[in-house]
Amino acid sequence: MPTWGHRPVTDTILETRGLTAGYVPDLPILRDVAIRAARGRITVVIGPNGAGKSTLIKAIAGLVPVSAGTVTLEGREITGLRPDRMAAQGIAYVPQTDNIFRTLTIRQNLELALRRAGPGASGRLAALLDRFPALAPKLGDKAGTLSGGQRQFLAVAMALAADPRLILMDEPSAGLSPRATREVLEMAQALAAQGVTILLVEQNVKAALGIADHCYILAEGRNQVDGPARALLDDPVVGEIYLGGRRAETA
Amino acid sequence: MQNLVDGILTGSYISLAAIGLTLVMHILRFANFSHAELLSVGAYAALVFDKAFAAVFPIAATKLAPLSLTLALLAAIVVSMAFTGATAILIDRLVFRRVRDKGNELSMVFASFGMALVMRNLIALGFGLHSQLYSRDIAFAVILSRDPLILVKPDQVFVLGAALVLMAALHLVLTRTTFGFALRAVAENPALAQVNGVDLGRMIAATWVIAGMLAAAAGVFYGLSYQLIPIMGRDLVLPVFAATIVGGIGSVYGAVLGGFIVGIASNLALLVLPSGYSPAVPFLLILAVLILRPNGLFGEARA
Amino acid sequence: MIGLISYLVFFATVASILAIAVLGLNLQWGNTGLFNGGVVAFFGAGAYGTLILGSPALEGQLGGFELAYPLALTGGMVAAALLAWAVGALTLRLRHDYLAIATFGVAVAFESLMRNAEWLAGGAKGIRGFERPLRAALGDGFLYNLAFLGFVLCLLVAVYLFLERLVGSPFGRLLRAIREDEDAARSLGKRPARVRLVAFVTGSAIMGLAGGLYASFYAFVSPQDILPVLTFQIWAMLIVGGAGNNRGAIMGTVLIWGAWTGSGWALSRFAPIEAQLYTGSIQFVMIGAVIVGMLLWRPQGLFPERLVVSQSGRSN
Repeated sequence: MPTWGHRPVTDTILETRGLTAGYVPDLPILRDVAIRAARGRITVVIGPNGAGKSTLIKAIAGLVPVSAGTVTLEGREITGLRPDRMAAQGIAYVPQTDNIFRTLTIRQNLELALRRAGPGASGRLAALLDRFPALAPKLGDKAGTLSGGQRQFLAVAMALAADPRLILMDEPSAGLSPRATREVLEMAQALAAQGVTILLVEQNVKAALGIADHCYILAEGRNQVDGPARALLDDPVVGEIYLGGRRAETA
Repeated sequence: MQNLVDGILTGSYISLAAIGLTLVMHILRFANFSHAELLSVGAYAALVFDKAFAAVFPIAATKLAPLSLTLALLAAIVVSMAFTGATAILIDRLVFRRVRDKGNELSMVFASFGMALVMRNLIALGFGLHSQLYSRDIAFAVILSRDPLILVKPDQVFVLGAALVLMAALHLVLTRTTFGFALRAVAENPALAQVNGVDLGRMIAATWVIAGMLAAAAGVFYGLSYQLIPIMGRDLVLPVFAATIVGGIGSVYGAVLGGFIVGIASNLALLVLPSGYSPAVPFLLILAVLILRPNGLFGEARA
Repeated sequence: MIGLISYLVFFATVASILAIAVLGLNLQWGNTGLFNGGVVAFFGAGAYGTLILGSPALEGQLGGFELAYPLALTGGMVAAALLAWAVGALTLRLRHDYLAIATFGVAVAFESLMRNAEWLAGGAKGIRGFERPLRAALGDGFLYNLAFLGFVLCLLVAVYLFLERLVGSPFGRLLRAIREDEDAARSLGKRPARVRLVAFVTGSAIMGLAGGLYASFYAFVSPQDILPVLTFQIWAMLIVGGAGNNRGAIMGTVLIWGAWTGSGWALSRFAPIEAQLYTGSIQFVMIGAVIVGMLLWRPQGLFPERLVVSQSGRSN
């Protein structure tokens, strides 16, 4: 259970309560998970492999069936909404891998993501390119030709197309070089500074805690500890589990 | 040479049919054995609409020389494409979607196997087992060249031209419209497409409409080139499958190329094999592709 | 009375032969999840193989080996198995559609080969001149047919027992494991493509046995015996009986073969003369509707597998 929840309710944009979910009925991967994401902040979920971090984010995005519990966005329940309806609710989800359409060009990827934007879409495309200038010279290339870091940028650009209030990011640093990881996480920080709420799942604990405001630790599909990211970074127990071991070396 | 020209003409309707089949096989992930029956549905629907239009507007029944085609038939092709697209969705709702919702992918193949038999024989019961023609008039072939002798019927030129126009239209839709992007996105990664706001159910319906429309056109073109017969689906199913495998399952452009390869190969095979073996030629092509390049010319490996 | 009994013997013989083929298909589809769209090719390979190997020399045709009957029958099974091995080796590594399409294609190609290659198997007129085994001892009459029925029933029971033991063995459990979750099976170090190939070839050899029996029962086979509709009939028998269930497969065979012959008889007897031409079409619609209807409303068949192993686990 959250040990740190003293912020006013109005500040919470996303909340899960008692969330139980899994790919196969009767075999929940998540059990009774409760998290909150505060508006304009970066909330990070960490935990060992198989803790259910990705499942949590997918369950929120409507990609994994929820068998019990609720997901609320600004007080409205959105539990188990179809993934293609999530965008209209203001939620964007950036998968860990395969998060762009390799066979479409970069422009086509962006236009696909923008197609709900209606009139003014061309202005929006220009705005996205302003934010991600690295993509501009490659608009006509197939997205499959992009490097790992550029793919993450494109994926985030697509997520931003629908002007979301909340972005769910599943391990954006997976498979990236340290430099690209830093760039992606800095971008997340910049987005949060502009008022977008970010819920992040990360293996790269040190880097994630470095940019996050609040952190939840999951293990075996359940909440373990949570608290302000900085406090956890300095916490000797967390340090021993996550920062002293092999994981920290790879971070 | 004549065989090559005939092969290209044959390829034009096999390609059209194969485009729809490859899309269905890729997006719905099953080998649809009833796809060729959509060609029959389209061909016979056009026959009915053609007669109806000609009866209501006798003026539309005059030939557009030098074609044996009439305005009534042209209109009938368009209406039949819409009708067949709707039929494809209806069959999906009645049969395939219900099997799919039970979560059994493999049973879809099986269901389509049964549907092929039902559709083919219902058409036989409705229209008779005998063959029929859109027009009884004899269309004279035009001599393209005397040495080597190449004959082409004006209708065949129309078929090739119309098929190319339809393919070009589909190409524009896929490369220029966000609807086309969405369709390609679903083909590549359905879950990601959903995350990007694409309604999967609607895209599946769209896939069936496209498959049905192109199949209807292919069916009419087959009827114009030869004749209408209820078992035409039985004879076309293997060439159309062969075209998708040659091109690579899921590749629209592969299907186009595969269709022409199958058409040309079948006609060239007549030079070396007795015509009785023609039905086996597509199978030989499938074998060759499986041995040399299992994922087809443009296909990607996918489990 | 004797007419009725001899008809029943005839009916039971054909039904038992078809039941053997259905059991072969059950191993492929019911136990392994392989879609064989060209059952008739393997049935036909067995039929033609048996007759070519067992018949005396015929003018202008392959054959004249005059092998002893058990050897000829085995040879037919080997022919079917070889055909299955070739198709399976090429397709079983690929996505499952390829097997469905390639088997369908092999049936089309096989039929067109048999229809045209007179040097091989007499072309459209088929192979005649096969010496029925033990004819000298039993004659050509009722006694022979009764004895043949007994022989077929013995083989049916043998195939049934073989498959029951196979399905209960570790290999059978491996088949189901692969059907249910291929990735899991692979992660346990099993090789799904190889295991499926074994199941596919075994099932096809059993179909070849059925074909060989069929051809020796009539002492004749022609392209008319290997039309695509036979594939559909055998599939309908399996789905009615319940995929995965060998006893159900036999029951389904009796039901569908009874319905097929019964409807054919009724249509020829009671339908107006102008509708007679469409007997086939009506029966084909019925077979197709049985397949689709069973899948929609009773996918487990009329006699479902007792040890319930659902296929729905593979949904995603």
